[in-house]
Amino acid sequence: MEHRLRTPISQEEVAALRVGDLVWISGTVYTARDRVHALLASGEELPVDLAGAVLYHCGPLIRDGIVLSAGPTTSGRVGRFTRDVVDRGVRLIVGKGGISEDAEALRGRAAYLAYPGGCGALAARYLSVRRLHLPDLGMAEGLWELEAQGWGPMVVAIDPHGGDLYREAKRSAKRSSKI
Amino acid sequence: MRREDLVAATVAVLAEAETVLPPWVEEAIREAAARETSPIARSQLEAILENIGIASEDGVPLCQDTGLPVFHLEIGRNLAVPSFLEEAIADGVRRATEEVPLRPNAVDPLTRNNSGDNTGPGMPDLIIDLVQGDCLRITAFPKGAGSENWSFLAMLNPADDPLDFVAEEVAKRAGRACAPVFVGVGIGGTFDLAARLAKRALLHMPGTSQMDRNLLTEINRIGTGPMGLGGDATALGVRIETALCHTASLPVAVNLQCWANRSSSATVRDDGWSID
Repeated sequence: MEHRLRTPISQEEVAALRVGDLVWISGTVYTARDRVHALLASGEELPVDLAGAVLYHCGPLIRDGIVLSAGPTTSGRVGRFTRDVVDRGVRLIVGKGGISEDAEALRGRAAYLAYPGGCGALAARYLSVRRLHLPDLGMAEGLWELEAQGWGPMVVAIDPHGGDLYREAKRSAKRSSKI
Repeated sequence: MRREDLVAATVAVLAEAETVLPPWVEEAIREAAARETSPIARSQLEAILENIGIASEDGVPLCQDTGLPVFHLEIGRNLAVPSFLEEAIADGVRRATEEVPLRPNAVDPLTRNNSGDNTGPGMPDLIIDLVQGDCLRITAFPKGAGSENWSFLAMLNPADDPLDFVAEEVAKRAGRACAPVFVGVGIGGTFDLAARLAKRALLHMPGTSQMDRNLLTEINRIGTGPMGLGGDATALGVRIETALCHTASLPVAVNLQCWANRSSSATVRDDGWSID
């Protein structure tokens, strides 16, 4: 199934997502990597409202206010903060590689969308800069507020109903392994 | 050799490596997309191919992770090695960071302070080989963290099967290393030599031996697939390099490289330089 979503994302829109569905996003996207997640987990107030938000695991390459390359970073590094992020109202997380057992924190509330890793130049075509929050963290680690226009397709890789494509791939790997 | 030639060649190979993939790498991805049986996996490979086209058309970095500046230097034995060698290459990295541009990725490992220009203690990293001839060949091999983070080294027991070990570990890790990956394997030597063999195996990709092909088949049989979403294309290439090791040791190192196996080379001579 295909979903064209605009932020803020509603509870109903998230509930309709199933693994394997394709999603295109328009509206506001916030980037967050290791340091923004660490701040958030320490209870710090962030300068943005994450209710119904799309959070992008990404440290973009931006020059003179233009997004040049902005693919996803490895979600596994910040997966342990998933519950903190969802508690603040985030409904869609975009990243690569999945979040393993931390996926349980999404259940009933949020979904994880896979954007192909390394596709920074492609993503840049759909993203523009609104502003940089927390500039002291630098280009990669800062919290960028981006505007997305029909950005996708992304694959629903973990849905709010317990579906997880990464887990399925691992299960079939165990079946085919000779050990 | 003129200092300005080495600086210019460094900027040029970094710019080329960041924006245009070597043709054989793009071809390997194209072949994998044509063979792929999983629709989700195929969609990932098609997005990658579209991304490769946009980056080279627009002259922008393929990936926002423009990597750490790693260079392979092949120095002719008849070349008078200039005193400015390391400094000129560092200058080139600083200029490329401004001009390409590159994301400033190099930070102090403990304070996490960013040097701001991708240079500083240990960076750029120069891998040096002596070869026949009287010129310098410089290859930019920018290395992103997405794949480097999932690389590994183990001191196995000589009774262990190193190839089984590599296949299983790569299948577990490749999904988070931006699969389909390239797998550089170093077997033997000492602790640190095994790691350098693995990196050199990536520099010498693609692998051509029967052992390379068998390990590639074994990794792809497991079904991790592009980006770990399941599928046929987990790895695009494997190369194994070996060295003698101690009779009591079996060091095994694997350096993973994402699908964006970026590199570009130039030759610097006494009277000028040119992209290879």
